[in-house]
Amino acid sequence: MSQGEYVAAVYGVVFVVVLVYVAIMAAKLVRLEREMAELLELARRRAATALTDEPVPTA
Amino acid sequence: MGLAVLLALIVAPEDADQGISQRIFYIHVPIALTAYFCFGLGALKALLLLWRGDERYDLESYVAIHQGTIFGSLTLVTGALWAKASWGVWWTWDSNQLVLFLVLFLFYCAYFMLRFSLPEGARRARSSAVYALFGVVLIPVSFLAIRLAEDFIHPTVFTREGPQMSGSMFLTFVVSWSAVTLLAYVLYRVELTGKRIDRDLRELREVLS
Repeated sequence: MSQGEYVAAVYGVVFVVVLVYVAIMAAKLVRLEREMAELLELARRRAATALTDEPVPTA
Repeated sequence: MGLAVLLALIVAPEDADQGISQRIFYIHVPIALTAYFCFGLGALKALLLLWRGDERYDLESYVAIHQGTIFGSLTLVTGALWAKASWGVWWTWDSNQLVLFLVLFLFYCAYFMLRFSLPEGARRARSSAVYALFGVVLIPVSFLAIRLAEDFIHPTVFTREGPQMSGSMFLTFVVSWSAVTLLAYVLYRVELTGKRIDRDLRELREVLS
């Protein structure tokens, strides 16, 4: 390998590692977003159930 | 980062001694300094955890050390490539700075083994903090090793007389260092925020179930 190729390899390695790290973080954020949506749905269902189960006030 | 790469690969003049391979300096040294900084930050957060007892410092210390190991890996890989280009070998055990950096890196790799071998809680946070604090001793030793041992293999650019390079080379180095530090800070904040949301969601799931 020539010296220029070593320089290219160094900058390439750094670029790839940062790219992989960002991709992992992005995948994690997608997972967190999905979990958040699931929990929101669960909380909404709980709230709806609590409303229907509420006793009807009598006169 | 784009400006730093542009300056390092195109604008900065070629070194008369090392030739084109000297351009590795502009990425290798900032990454190494960032790794030291991240390990130091992790130890500082660990100290704050032990001192103030605030649990949030545990996650901050962990994320800083995690960043440190990523930048540490990059330091070793870029250093090996630079060594091969300049010295003709991937690694040399004769350079104290290389060996001490490897020891520091492996020490903090073992941090994760300790951390994940213990159940989550205050005991794990305290044990991890104590371990992170022990490692901080290695940082100045590793950083100053080249000067203490008068190591002639690994070059010394920053001496008591100032940086041994031209103005444009120094400017390129400063821009690269700032870019890598900023990148590390952004990655630290993103990872920390992700970990905090993850922890909060787990707690919320437990409350709702």
